[in-house]
Amino acid sequence: MSDTSSNSTDERIKEISSFRQALIRPELGGIVGTIAVFAFFLLFAFDSGMFNSQGVMNWSIVSAQFMIIAVGACLLMIAGEFDLSVGSMIGFAGMIIAILGVTLGYPMWLAIIITFALCVAIGALNGFIVIRTGLPSFIVTLAFLFILRGFTIFLPQTIERKTIIGGIREAAEGDPLASVFGGKIFGNVFNWMGDAGIIATFQRGTRAGDPVVDGIPMLIVWAILLVIFGHVLLTKTKFGNWIFASGGDPEAARNSGVPVNKVKMLMFMFTAFCACVFATCQVMEFGSAGADRGLLKEFEAIIAVVIGGALLTGGYGSVLGAALGALIFGVVQQGLFFAGVESSLFRVFLGVILLAAVILNTYIRRMITGER
Amino acid sequence: MNTRSTHAPIIQMQNIEKHFGAVIALAGVSIDVYPGECHCLLGDNGAGKSTFIKTMSGVHTPTKGEIIFDGQPMNFNDPRDAMEAGIATVHQHLAMIPLMSVSRNFFMGNEPVKKIAGLSFFDKDLADRVTMEEMRKMGINLRGPDQAVGTLSGGERQTVAISRAVYFGAKVLILDEPTSALGVRQTSNVLATIDKVRKQGVAVVFITHNVRHALAVGDRFTVLNRGQTLGTAQRGQITPEELQDMMAGGQELATLEGSLGGTV
Ligand SMILES: Nc1ncnc2c1ncn2[C@@H]1O[C@H](COP(=O)(O)OP(=O)(O)O)[C@@H](O)[C@H]1O
Ligand SMILES: [Mg+2]
Repeated sequence: MSDTSSNSTDERIKEISSFRQALIRPELGGIVGTIAVFAFFLLFAFDSGMFNSQGVMNWSIVSAQFMIIAVGACLLMIAGEFDLSVGSMIGFAGMIIAILGVTLGYPMWLAIIITFALCVAIGALNGFIVIRTGLPSFIVTLAFLFILRGFTIFLPQTIERKTIIGGIREAAEGDPLASVFGGKIFGNVFNWMGDAGIIATFQRGTRAGDPVVDGIPMLIVWAILLVIFGHVLLTKTKFGNWIFASGGDPEAARNSGVPVNKVKMLMFMFTAFCACVFATCQVMEFGSAGADRGLLKEFEAIIAVVIGGALLTGGYGSVLGAALGALIFGVVQQGLFFAGVESSLFRVFLGVILLAAVILNTYIRRMITGER
Repeated sequence: MNTRSTHAPIIQMQNIEKHFGAVIALAGVSIDVYPGECHCLLGDNGAGKSTFIKTMSGVHTPTKGEIIFDGQPMNFNDPRDAMEAGIATVHQHLAMIPLMSVSRNFFMGNEPVKKIAGLSFFDKDLADRVTMEEMRKMGINLRGPDQAVGTLSGGERQTVAISRAVYFGAKVLILDEPTSALGVRQTSNVLATIDKVRKQGVAVVFITHNVRHALAVGDRFTVLNRGQTLGTAQRGQITPEELQDMMAGGQELATLEGSLGGTV
């Protein structure tokens, strides 16, 4: 690279310093934000318990939740579309699992598989309507935000006369697929760390001697796997190039033979899949499904993606950036709690950081395209 | 150019008609294009130039008429069919994605893959290497393969799109008004690129409404007016003024027919 730029002296291309060039990347905001947030809480909340094993697990779980839906939202946004029905989809998916697995008594693995199939099909329907009508996905998925939420309240009320269905943990006992979402891994490592005194153990009660944190929840495993999958798909495969192209300029992409509709459709389905992963992990953890689960999650996912450097107009962004955006979210939300700050201030933080990120992204976009 | 007597035409469009409901956009247009020639398609706005080349590239199916490609009657059902046959189109505005790198744009829709552990991945090294090489051939010096297309000038973007089409084996290259939004220097770069491509044996269909641009590189000239062709002229058989008059509506058609030498 360096030799080509030295022997090519095109006077129209201004030399850009390598430092400035290193800055032109979608993850910039996410990296800076992550460093700032950790520096802040290490300085001001180090003794609050935020950085012992429980505290770390606490904000890791919250961050992982954000990450799971941010990966889907990120790829979809880069492909040029939005999905505002993610939050409702989370509530809906959890409720369907509960109705099938508890009320109707299906084996939990079957309930989970049916729910995934249903949610991905609804994602495909979202995509189909957007592609066929040419309407903005904003409007189409806003409709599904209400439709799915409505069903999520209507179904349990009609069937069980309540809006929360419990008993999922009991119904999932010993189910192999349920443990893929609700289980924990590396229990042995945590036991060993507890015995070795590296992490805290229970001092009293029936579990005395056991580590307080006794494994990595599958939720976190899912988050890491989805981030790796999304990142590799986007940057290292042919399909990833199609995602960028479909969002960057669908007409140009079509003219070059990119199957734009298929790409968008698959991304709507993937977003629904991510929402369903979130929902399944959540109902396994809580042991119940509630009609109000997932409220506002679609916006939190979109904000994480924007902090991660994606452009709202599509065609540009990064899954790693979105994952950092989700990490920032989790750390700040839980950090404010540990630091004893009024939790409503989290919303103020959200708004401010969203604005800052969008302004930064616009600036980066201008640097890339050379527009003024 | 004497290629015409020695080669067969790569594509023949015979009496192409295209109706959009009540609108007759093309009322029987015929042209043929030979390998290695630059065939200019001239005409005022709304003459039907874009519609015509869209039937050639598989975007529209003609209402009537026949397309013979490489000696075979062809029915393109969508642009991919035409592309696979070797007909590439470079659209004026919709060719490149500014936010994507030159190398990603170059291989958009034709990404090279390599297998790692049974999975196929985008071969970025190959893509970067080929892009740098092809761009150098066309006289564009990139900062690097990751340079975004948005930083290129309009003429350079056209050149990237043209060399991409040629690299992927286009036998017929259709350029829809590639110069109409460009400045003088960028226009001459694009015209030079067209000349290079033609010399490689590619048949170029060059659409423009600028007579000077057409005369700079064209071997033959066909003028479209209100969905009809006013004839095809060879280089040297027609003056810029005559071409201009034909485009303006063929008021001087009677006097022109003589000078066209029976090629109508
Ligand atoms: N898809 C379409 N539907 C209806 N009319 C069309 C369509 N495409 C082109 N036309 C009409 O066909 C005529 C020729 O248009 P076009 O081929 O774009 O002209 P040019 O490219 O020469 O400026 C115009 O009158 C235009 O309105
Ligand atoms: Mg046109």
